Amino acid sequence: MNDLVNRYGKTLTMTICVLTTFWLLMLVIAPNLYLFENSFRLYLPVRDVGGPKDVYTLKNYLTFLQSPIHITVFALTVMYSSIVTVICFAMAYPLAYYLAKKASPKHLPAIFLLLTVPLWVSEIMRSFAWFIILSLKGPLNYLLISGDIIEKPIRWMTGFRSVIIGLVYTYVLFMLFPIYNAVQSLDTNQIEAAEDLGAPWWRIHWRVILPHAKPGIASGSVMVFMLSAGSILVPTLLASTNSRWFTEIIQQWMFESLDWNTGSAYAFLLLILCTVFVTIVLRVFGVKLSDIAN
Amino acid sequence: MTTRKSDWLFRLYLYVFLAYLLLPLIVMGGAAFNDSRFPSVFPWVGFTGHWFVELWNDTRLLNSFKNTLLVALAVVAISVPIGTAAAILINSITGSLRSALYGVMVAPILTPGAVIGISTLLFWNKLSVSPGLHLAVLGQVSYIAAFVMLLVLARLQSFDRSLEEAALDLGASHAMVMRRILMPHLYPALGAGAVIAFFQSIENFNITLFTRGPYDTMTVYVFSKVRSGITPTINALAVILIVVTLAGALAVELRRRQAERKAAAPVV
Amino acid sequence: MSASVELQDVCADFGNFRAVDKVSLSIEAGEFFSFLGPSGCGKTTILRMVSGFVSPTAGTISIGGKDMRDQRPNQRPTALIFQNLALFPLMPVWENIAFGLEARGIDKKARRQRAEELLALVDLPDAGDKAISQLSGGQKQRVAIARALAVEPSVMLLDEPLSALDLKLRQHMRAELRAIQKRTNVTFIYITHDQGEALAMSDRVAVMSHGKLQQVARPREIYDNPANGFVAAFVGESNIFNGTLASRTHELGTFQTENGVFEGRLGPGIDDSAKLYVRPENVRLAGAATASNSIAVEVTDIAFEGNFISIRTVDGSGRIIVSEARNDGAGLVPDPGAKLYATFDAAKAFILADEFTAKPVVAA
Repeated sequence: MNDLVNRYGKTLTMTICVLTTFWLLMLVIAPNLYLFENSFRLYLPVRDVGGPKDVYTLKNYLTFLQSPIHITVFALTVMYSSIVTVICFAMAYPLAYYLAKKASPKHLPAIFLLLTVPLWVSEIMRSFAWFIILSLKGPLNYLLISGDIIEKPIRWMTGFRSVIIGLVYTYVLFMLFPIYNAVQSLDTNQIEAAEDLGAPWWRIHWRVILPHAKPGIASGSVMVFMLSAGSILVPTLLASTNSRWFTEIIQQWMFESLDWNTGSAYAFLLLILCTVFVTIVLRVFGVKLSDIAN
Repeated sequence: MTTRKSDWLFRLYLYVFLAYLLLPLIVMGGAAFNDSRFPSVFPWVGFTGHWFVELWNDTRLLNSFKNTLLVALAVVAISVPIGTAAAILINSITGSLRSALYGVMVAPILTPGAVIGISTLLFWNKLSVSPGLHLAVLGQVSYIAAFVMLLVLARLQSFDRSLEEAALDLGASHAMVMRRILMPHLYPALGAGAVIAFFQSIENFNITLFTRGPYDTMTVYVFSKVRSGITPTINALAVILIVVTLAGALAVELRRRQAERKAAAPVV
Repeated sequence: MSASVELQDVCADFGNFRAVDKVSLSIEAGEFFSFLGPSGCGKTTILRMVSGFVSPTAGTISIGGKDMRDQRPNQRPTALIFQNLALFPLMPVWENIAFGLEARGIDKKARRQRAEELLALVDLPDAGDKAISQLSGGQKQRVAIARALAVEPSVMLLDEPLSALDLKLRQHMRAELRAIQKRTNVTFIYITHDQGEALAMSDRVAVMSHGKLQQVARPREIYDNPANGFVAAFVGESNIFNGTLASRTHELGTFQTENGVFEGRLGPGIDDSAKLYVRPENVRLAGAATASNSIAVEVTDIAFEGNFISIRTVDGSGRIIVSEARNDGAGLVPDPGAKLYATFDAAKAFILADEFTAKPVVAA
């Protein structure tokens, strides 16, 4: 702090501190604290607020724990988000490796341009695209039928497969770029040295490249999991009655029941889930938070 | 000593991947021109541009687009100063305080949008601020400022502090030091930050859904239309977005190539 | 208007480390004053305290008689030339030079004009619109000097400005800096670890070690009459003899060493850790022993170093004694293996304490 005052004087330092405090306090810390606090309160009509009925209670969380449907949905969300993360890794890693180490550098800007087009087009368009493709009368069925692969159109959007397809498509790039960055920072000489020593390709990846890519993999996994588990667009568009996503239940509480208290409890559960996931990933991969910043 | 065969396989994978990414968008774009009520490419009924006309006439959509722009501009105007200030602040701190602060700053990026949206809604509601576009701005800023902070912080690493000392030594006021010495160095990061903030804001859905109140933004409106009744007007909108972004990306690429050529040219 | 600089009992502490220990001295207005010493001796800290970037833990610093205690760097009448020059990379040369004027609210036209004048002064007449990255090392130096001169400082502070330059350029810049100083008559405070620089350019030199002043005097004085062992060894070369002080009479004393008893001049503040110092150029090799200050040696090595010849000899117990002779054909250059006597005058031998940990010697 003294350092800043010496460099920029009192007024500017004050401004810097005020701006930062406003952001961290009012936009990050306080809302989350309030969410936490609110999740322990009951949904009361306005006149009862502050009165004797306004006590701290675990009821909102109990609602979750006592509802087998909600628990199942939560568990399925976790499971399928993890599957999506793994699939994204499997798809992104080979490409990240190729771009970082094997592709010729002068093509890279053009390739990245093409790769990022879906990002600019925005999430809703990405989800919508697959909605069209996978619909009963959509081009996928059309192609399969006219190719004589199937006879009747398949109802793709049932169960979780369409959700998985949609999530992978929407978020795979968030796995690609961190891994690309991480692999790129690996000294190519190390790979060549390993080859020179006679290591087969799979061992080179396993012992040389993957370990170095750990921060990127961790970063990508955290992002993809968090985005998937917390996704609203994709599950709403591509799911069906037999495949509910946890965020849908949160929406119900917030918009249909207008029970913001139970809603905040469920939202907080989602937050805990993601925090736990981040912590696990950080431990397993042995990276620090600062390594994840992309 | 990699075999040519594996190179070829990788190249193939790249093309497959690109096709995987881009074909759905092409399909979606194509449906904008198909004269069929339900967005589809097969069967192709007939080429038409009338969905674009309908798009133009959809006042609610245009209104939501205007709201989206307003929110995006506000988000840029707020998150760039905040992110820059935070980066400058954290850069002058060391030790465990720095790690702790860094963790708090990066946390919004790792928080699900739905959680940010709900917590923002509840907290400001307690302060008697009702949901609306302004609340959407606040919710978006909470994580977008973090992106700006990361960009500026990275740029700060290459800043030579002795330049500030030289400026002070020559008699510059603190404001002048910041204005003439620090900020010019940060301009590239500020520019990138503004661009990222803008596009992140436009495409944001999860936070905006909970905080917007009665107002429509583009993402929310499209979402509600998709749930109710779809017509290819949405595809028309997608086409416009794709074309605009491609044009922008091409412009950036051309400028980059031009700058490269200039740098390589011999200096007389 | 140049100003005098006064340091009184100035100390600087960084945590438990005392970088500068009770330094007191007085620099005259218009003087070219150098601080000379090895890395970590505290000279950079003193410079930063005078310029205002570090506050002294104790003591006062005055410029032109005015106490600088509450004056921030941008309020002081000083200009600092940084070791890495710190030229502003995003501004062209003329804007760099005019920056101090811009800070004083002078309008653009006047600024540009003054920048051109200064460019002419440092012999870079057409460089105004160039980018900093287009300049050579020596040119950047001169732009840094012009930038500092633009604010018409009373005191110029130079932080080892020539250390990054190659030898020839360094020698050329030495002369240039001295010329600029004489022309503008600004007080120069110069810090360096290169003793040749300090001796060649300065009116007076302060030799420092471990945060303390060891000697402050004119260059000739520092070289010919070092106040202690540190100065004798750091500035120029010295043959060093261990031993004990045997007797003393006014300015002369006798010193007992393994090679016998020698006569020498006594330095100030002698204690038990005294040693005898003789510079190589004061050691003559003669065919016969002299009455006093004489050692039997054998020549081992002859190194031709351009304008002088360095002759290494060893005495009976194998210790090395170096003698230097000018390469002017006058003296006899012995052959290796020759058995001679190394002799020196008592007036050119010094019995000195090692290093001052308390009060230094400040000469006029």
